[in-house]
Amino acid sequence: MTACAVSTKNTATLDLNQAWRVHPQVSIRPEPFGALLYHFGTRKLSFLKDRRLLEIVQVLSDYPTARQACSVIGITESELPQFQRALATLRDSQMLIEVSV
Amino acid sequence: MSQSPQNAIPAEEAVLEADTLVEEVSIDGMCGVY
Amino acid sequence: MTLLEAPGAPSTKPARLVDLFEFGLDSPICLTWELTYACNLSCVHCLSSSGRRDPRELSTEECKAVIDELERMQVFYVNIGGGEPTVRSDFWEILDYATEHHVGVKFSTNGVKITPERAAQLAANDYLDIQISLDGATAEVNDYVRGPGSYATAIKAMENLQAAGMENFKLSVVCTRYNIPQLDEFKAIADKYGAQLRLTRLRPSGRGADTWDDLHPLPEQQRELYDWLIANGDGVLTGDSFFHLSAFGEALPGLNLCGAGRVVCLIDPVGDVYACPFAIHDDFLAGNVRQPGGFAHVWRQSELFQELRKPQSGGACTSCQFFDTCKGGCMAAKFFTGLPLDGPDPECVQGYGEELLKAAKGKEKSAPKPSGDHSHRTSPPRPREGMGPVQLTLTRREDLQRPPVNDCEPNPLAGFAAQLASEQESAS
Repeated sequence: MTACAVSTKNTATLDLNQAWRVHPQVSIRPEPFGALLYHFGTRKLSFLKDRRLLEIVQVLSDYPTARQACSVIGITESELPQFQRALATLRDSQMLIEVSV
Repeated sequence: MSQSPQNAIPAEEAVLEADTLVEEVSIDGMCGVY
Repeated sequence: MTLLEAPGAPSTKPARLVDLFEFGLDSPICLTWELTYACNLSCVHCLSSSGRRDPRELSTEECKAVIDELERMQVFYVNIGGGEPTVRSDFWEILDYATEHHVGVKFSTNGVKITPERAAQLAANDYLDIQISLDGATAEVNDYVRGPGSYATAIKAMENLQAAGMENFKLSVVCTRYNIPQLDEFKAIADKYGAQLRLTRLRPSGRGADTWDDLHPLPEQQRELYDWLIANGDGVLTGDSFFHLSAFGEALPGLNLCGAGRVVCLIDPVGDVYACPFAIHDDFLAGNVRQPGGFAHVWRQSELFQELRKPQSGGACTSCQFFDTCKGGCMAAKFFTGLPLDGPDPECVQGYGEELLKAAKGKEKSAPKPSGDHSHRTSPPRPREGMGPVQLTLTRREDLQRPPVNDCEPNPLAGFAAQLASEQESAS
């Protein structure tokens, strides 16, 4: 589909107390100012504009909750909502999937 | 569709949009490709 | 220009994507790879002046080595084209090798080899996409540009793809003066076969330089195209080729950025790496994959690409209110119409390009020619092996009364007597 520079749609809040992982068909390519994520199944391309967001995504499946993963990477409470929204966007494009218990 | 900065957006949404850490790009959205 | 602020600031304000990309990436996001200059057609606007195979083409093994590199560089996607890529006998082998090595493929074809069997194979591979080229919604409009029978070939390929269950393949159109009135019909054709419509810009590249005056959209047609995309463009791809039209108002979806040497590039059939498939010219040649260091070295270290990744001078365009999204338009379009790169696009919607072109007319300097011409020598191309017997009709020459006189004939009057006799006959 065509690209939107910004999203005005209402994104459901991502549950930080859940476990998340990267979809197996996603290729993560670090870049100096973040990362590129490409989903071979959906052919969607996402650009992460923050290195810490990349780091969170890389360690996500090592932790029982997304909240913990964010904490380990050093995200403060005041910054958390911004990163939570970012993770929600990745969930919406199927880059991230919930880990079923 | 892309939004130009000149579009009127409620203040709270404008803040949200400006700080988005994830941007989606169409794999077809790069010029210089067949 | 600053990039990101130091992380840790509570209100991290990320830079615009387009600003980040302008400085280039460690690997292209995707790229165009022309596998061969050979082609069964001779489209009058061919950007690569294709037709005849170049004997220096990359071998199968060399192609696989390129794919290995693309895999290492994590290039997500390669757009394979040509010429007509399917005329290479190792085409299907190369396709499989790519998808087996984590490189997605979309290949562009005129449909000549897309049989029901091949269509079924394509439909079965999730990492393969296919793009059928069509430049007219009717045979009349299409074949004018792409040659007799090409419309039928494309439609047949689409029928086969649909029947095989291939979903969402691409129907790609180069917009011209003759087909812009047919946009609704193109959409209907795409919908009919379950394809996604793609509209792209004609550039004066390759043979396109020779047919540019006849084919390029008129100013009012650019507006028509823009309006159509705004109204109907949801789900229609453009390859980001219309960012010069953003000067009409709202920017169209896409990066709105010239990706040449920054996020995309071209690998040509002999391994030459150009900034862009529309800029096959020595001035935009960055290197060759056969050189030490291969493609990665060219992408990351070539002088040309490093130059392109520096902030570009907008020149005369920087004062224009639309410069931010238009960016002075297409580098290749300017180059091949002889316009300076730091100035307006030849199709600048404000008319600045037209002004410059008029002023340049009559001056000695002519536009650059593309490097290399692989066009067929004859038109239409001679039939080759594998395309069936050459159709010959044996006849007698009616104008000859007798066989021509043999060069070894000793009699110097041989042939003359007969001629004199027939002249006397017609005189009486």
